[in-house]
Amino acid sequence: MTLTADLVIATAIAYVGLLFLIAYIGDSHTRRRAGSFLRSPFVYTLSISVYCTSWTFYGAVGTAARSGLEFVTIYLGPTLVFLGWWFILRRLVRISHDQRITSIADLVSSRFGKSSRLAVLITILAVIAIAPYIALQLKAITSSIEAIAGSSEFGRGSLEGLDDVGLALGVAAGMAMFTILFGTRNVDAKEQHHGVVAAIAFEAIVKLTALISVGIFVLYIGGGIDPIFANAARAGIEINERNAFGDRWVAMTLLAASAVICLPRQFQVTVVENSDESHLRTASWVFPGYMLAMSLFILPIALYGLTSMPAGSNPDMFTLTLPLAAGQDGLALFAFIGGFSSATSMIILESIALSIMVSNHIVVPIMLRMTANTGVDDGQGVRAIILNARRFSIILILFLGFGYFYLTRGSDALAPIGLISFTGVAQFLPAILASLFWRDASAKAATAAIIVGFIVWLWSSFMPSFSSSSQLVAQIMTQGPAGITWLRPQALFGLENLDPLAHAVFWSLFLNTSVLIIGSLITSQSALEHVQAALFLNVFRNRPENAGPLRGSAAADDLFLVARRVLGHGRAVALFSEEAKQARMPWSSLEPSPAFIRKLERELAGSIGAASAHVMLSKVVSGDAISLEEVMQMADETQQAIEYSQELEKTSNELRATAEKLEVANQQLRKVDLQKDEFLSQVSHEVRTPMTAIRAFSEILLNEADLEDQSREKFVRTIHKESLRLTSLLDEILDLSALERGERSWENRPVSAEGALDQALRVCDALARQNNTKLEALERARNVTVLAEPDRLSQVLINLISNAIKYNGAIQPEVEVRSRIENNRYVVEVCDNGLGIAEEERARIFDKFYRGRLGETGPYAGAGLGLPISREIISRMNGTLDLIPGWLEGACFRVTLPIIAR
Amino acid sequence: MAVDILIAEDEPSILEALDFVLQRAGWSIASVMDGEAVIDAVRRMQPRILVLDIMLPKRSGFEVLKQIRGDQSTRDLPVLVLTAKGQQQDRRVAEELGADVFVTKPYANAEVVDTVRRMIGNPASRNTS
Repeated sequence: MTLTADLVIATAIAYVGLLFLIAYIGDSHTRRRAGSFLRSPFVYTLSISVYCTSWTFYGAVGTAARSGLEFVTIYLGPTLVFLGWWFILRRLVRISHDQRITSIADLVSSRFGKSSRLAVLITILAVIAIAPYIALQLKAITSSIEAIAGSSEFGRGSLEGLDDVGLALGVAAGMAMFTILFGTRNVDAKEQHHGVVAAIAFEAIVKLTALISVGIFVLYIGGGIDPIFANAARAGIEINERNAFGDRWVAMTLLAASAVICLPRQFQVTVVENSDESHLRTASWVFPGYMLAMSLFILPIALYGLTSMPAGSNPDMFTLTLPLAAGQDGLALFAFIGGFSSATSMIILESIALSIMVSNHIVVPIMLRMTANTGVDDGQGVRAIILNARRFSIILILFLGFGYFYLTRGSDALAPIGLISFTGVAQFLPAILASLFWRDASAKAATAAIIVGFIVWLWSSFMPSFSSSSQLVAQIMTQGPAGITWLRPQALFGLENLDPLAHAVFWSLFLNTSVLIIGSLITSQSALEHVQAALFLNVFRNRPENAGPLRGSAAADDLFLVARRVLGHGRAVALFSEEAKQARMPWSSLEPSPAFIRKLERELAGSIGAASAHVMLSKVVSGDAISLEEVMQMADETQQAIEYSQELEKTSNELRATAEKLEVANQQLRKVDLQKDEFLSQVSHEVRTPMTAIRAFSEILLNEADLEDQSREKFVRTIHKESLRLTSLLDEILDLSALERGERSWENRPVSAEGALDQALRVCDALARQNNTKLEALERARNVTVLAEPDRLSQVLINLISNAIKYNGAIQPEVEVRSRIENNRYVVEVCDNGLGIAEEERARIFDKFYRGRLGETGPYAGAGLGLPISREIISRMNGTLDLIPGWLEGACFRVTLPIIAR
Repeated sequence: MAVDILIAEDEPSILEALDFVLQRAGWSIASVMDGEAVIDAVRRMQPRILVLDIMLPKRSGFEVLKQIRGDQSTRDLPVLVLTAKGQQQDRRVAEELGADVFVTKPYANAEVVDTVRRMIGNPASRNTS
C-alpha cells in the first residue's frame, strides 16, 4: 500500500461518514431516552478533551522539539482548573443550569444585568479571537496532507498543481459543510447536542489511541526511553534549553488555565452540555489523566524525530513523518486520522458554539426588533431563520480562519498561533471571575475592561502575527506607529526584554483587570445587576424559584413572627395551625416544609409584593443577613409603595366594575320584577272578567225568582261558558309559565311534520265550515322529518289556522296553508284574506295578553296567550314563528323548523 | 232619546248582566262596546250617568273620562268607573281625572244598583219597555 493524498482524503471522508453515523445514533438514542451511556461522566470527560486539538497532536511535539518542556504548560493550566473544579467549574455549571445559560457571552451578559451590549461584544470578540485557532487546525490538516503527499513520488495524486492555500481552502470549505450538516440540523432550546458530543467523545478516543500508537512505535524503533534520551543528549539537544520556569511559563500556564474556561467550545462541552453536576467530579481527575496520557510520548517522539529525521524537517509533523519515514504506512494513516480527529472535533464544536452565540445574541435580537411591530410569525419561520443564521456564521467563522491562515502562511509553527487565540479569549477571564466572586463589578466596567483588553491584544498579539506578510506591520513592530516607540506592539510603555507572549498577556490582562476594578468602584450597578450579582454569588445558598425558593431550617417561631407582622395575628395563626394539623405535630415543634415556606411566601407576596416577601423569608430561612438584599429592600420600599398603591387602585377599579355589574343585574331584576307585576296584574284582569260575569249572573239567578225559563237557561249557559273560559285561561297561564321556566318535561323526537299539519287541518276543518271559511292547503312538502313534540307542533298549527279563521273579518273568508322545504328548513305558512294586523300592532302581536282588534270582542275573544305560547313552543323545537307579509291581504304567519331527514 | 244609564263595556257577558240588573231596577239603558263610541253616545243620548270600564278597546276609559271632563257640555256627567284591576294606581288616575265613584270587578249586582241609585236617585218611572 502506498499512501497518497487521494487515499488519505478518501479515508478522511470515510471517517467523517463514520462520525455522522455516531452522531445520528447518539441523537436517536437520546430521543428514545435510552442513551444513559451517552450521559455517563466518561463520555462527558472525553468530550471535554476536545481541548486537545491538532495543536496538541502535532504542535506539542513541535513545541517540545523547539522549546523542551514548555508544552507541558498547555496541560498544566487545565489540570489546575479541573483539580480545583470545586471553586470555579462547579459554580459555572450550577449558575448556568439555574439561569439557563447557553454560552460564555450569555453567562457574562446575564451576570451584568442581562446586558445585550456585553453579549454582542463578547460574541464579536470571540469570533475574531478564534480565527487564528481555526487557522491552526486548517494549517495542521493541510500540512499533514502535504506531508503524506510529499512522501512518495506520486503522492500528490489529484492534488497536483494545487498549493497549500488551495488545499487549505478546500479543507475549510469541507469543514464548513461538514459542521453545518453536523451541528445545525435542529435547534434545541437547551443547546445540548448529544449526538455531536458522542462523536466528539469517539474522536477523543481515536486521537489518544493514534498518538499512543505512534509513541509506542517510536519507543520500539528507538530502542526504549533511555536510548532516545541518550541519543538526544549526544546530539546536543538540551531538553531545558531555556529557563523553563520563567515569565513565559507563568504566562502560558495562566493562558491555558483561562482557555479551558473561556474558549467557547470548552464552555459548551464543560458547562452547557453538562447533564449532571456530579460528572464534574469524575472529569476532575479523568480529564487531567487524559491529558497526561496525551503528553506521555510527546518528548520521546520529539527527541527521536530530532535525532533521526533530516535537518530542516518540520517538527510539528514528526507524529506523522516518523511512521512514514519508517515505511509504516498503516500507522501513518492512523496518525493522520488521529490528527484529523483532533482538528475536526475542535472545528465542529468551536463553530457550533460560536454560531450559537452569533444567532442568539446578534441575529435573534435583530430579528425580534424587526418583527416587533408585525408580530412574531410561526415558530417554523423563526427556527429556519435561526438555523440559517447559524449556517451563515459557521461559514463566516471558517472563512475568517482561512483568511488568517492565508495572511500568516509564512510562519511554520503551530503553537504560537494557538497562543494568540488563547490570549484573546483570556480577555473574558476577569469578567467571568468577577461574575463568580465579586459582587460590586458593574456592567459598564466589564464592558470597558473587555474592550481595553481586546485592543491591547489586537495590538500586541494579533497584529504582530501578520508581520511576516505585511511590511507595514513589520515596521510598526520595530519602530512603533508613526515612530512612537512606547507604542511598539511588543514593547508597550517601554516594557522591553519580556517574552512577546508574556508581554501581551501581561499588558492585556493587567489593563483589563485594572479597568474592571477601578471602573466598578467608580460606576454604579443597575437594580437588575444587583439582583443578578446576588443570584450568581449566592448560587449555592438560595435556590432559584423553580427548585423551591428557599431551603433551610427555619424555626417556626421566627416565621410566625414575620407572618404575624405582615398578615396580622389571626391569619398567621390560621396558617400555622393548618400546617401543624397537616403535619400532625404540635405547633411548637413544627418544622416548616419547603412547601409551607413557599405557601407562606405567596401569602406574604399578596401583602407586600413578591420580591419583598422573598427577601423577608430568605432572611429568616437562611438565617444570615444578606446586606445587599437589605439594601435592595430599602431601595425597593418606594417601589413597593408605588406598586401597592397601584394594586389598591386596581382593586378599587375592580370593585367599581363589580358594583356596576351588580347595578346592571339589579336593574334587570327590577325589570323582571316589573314584568312579573305587569303579568300578575294582567292575569288578575283576565281572571276577574269571567269571574265578574259568573258572579253577576249567579246573583241574578239567586235573586230573581220570576225569571223566564228561556232567560234562566241563557244565563246558566253564560255562566258555564265563562267558567270554561276561566279554566282554559288558567291552563294557558300555567302552560306558558311552565314553558318559560323550561320545567315541563319536554322531549323532541323525530316526527313527520306533514303529519302534524294534516292533523291540524283536520281539526280546523269543522271550525272553518262553521264560519263559512274556505280552508285550503296549497303546495305541500312531502316526507319531512323534524325534531318536535308532535302534539305541541299540532297545537301551534291549530292555533295559527284557527286564529286565521276566527279573527278573519272578511266577507268571504279564506285561509290558505302551504308548506315547503327551503335551505334545509321546513317552512309552513298560514295566510288569510281578513283584516290583517295593523302596522302599529305587528310589533306587539306576540306579547302576552295582547289581543288584536277582533280578539278583544266578538265571539272568539281570547286571553291573548295563544301566540306567545306558540312562539315559545316553536323555539323549544329550535324553530321560529314569525309574522310575515303574506300573499293574501290578511295576516300571514310562518313556522320554520330544522329538518333532520327527508 | 235620552237614557238613564250609558254603559261602556267590551265584555259581552258583563254587559248583558249589567243591562239586565239595571233595567230590572227601572232605569233605561244604552251601551257601547269600545272607547271611540262613548263620547258620541253621551252626546246623542244625554245619559244621567255613565258606567265606564277602564280596559276598553280602541280608547281606554281614562282617555274617555279625560275628554268628558274637558268638554263643557259633559263636564258634570256623573261617571261610575268599573275596573277589573282594582289597583290603587288605576284608582288614583281615575280620581284625578274626575271619576265620581268606583266599583271593582267582580262586584255584587246590588252594589252597582245601590251606587247608581245613590247618584241619580230612583228611576223617574217604572218603565220596563
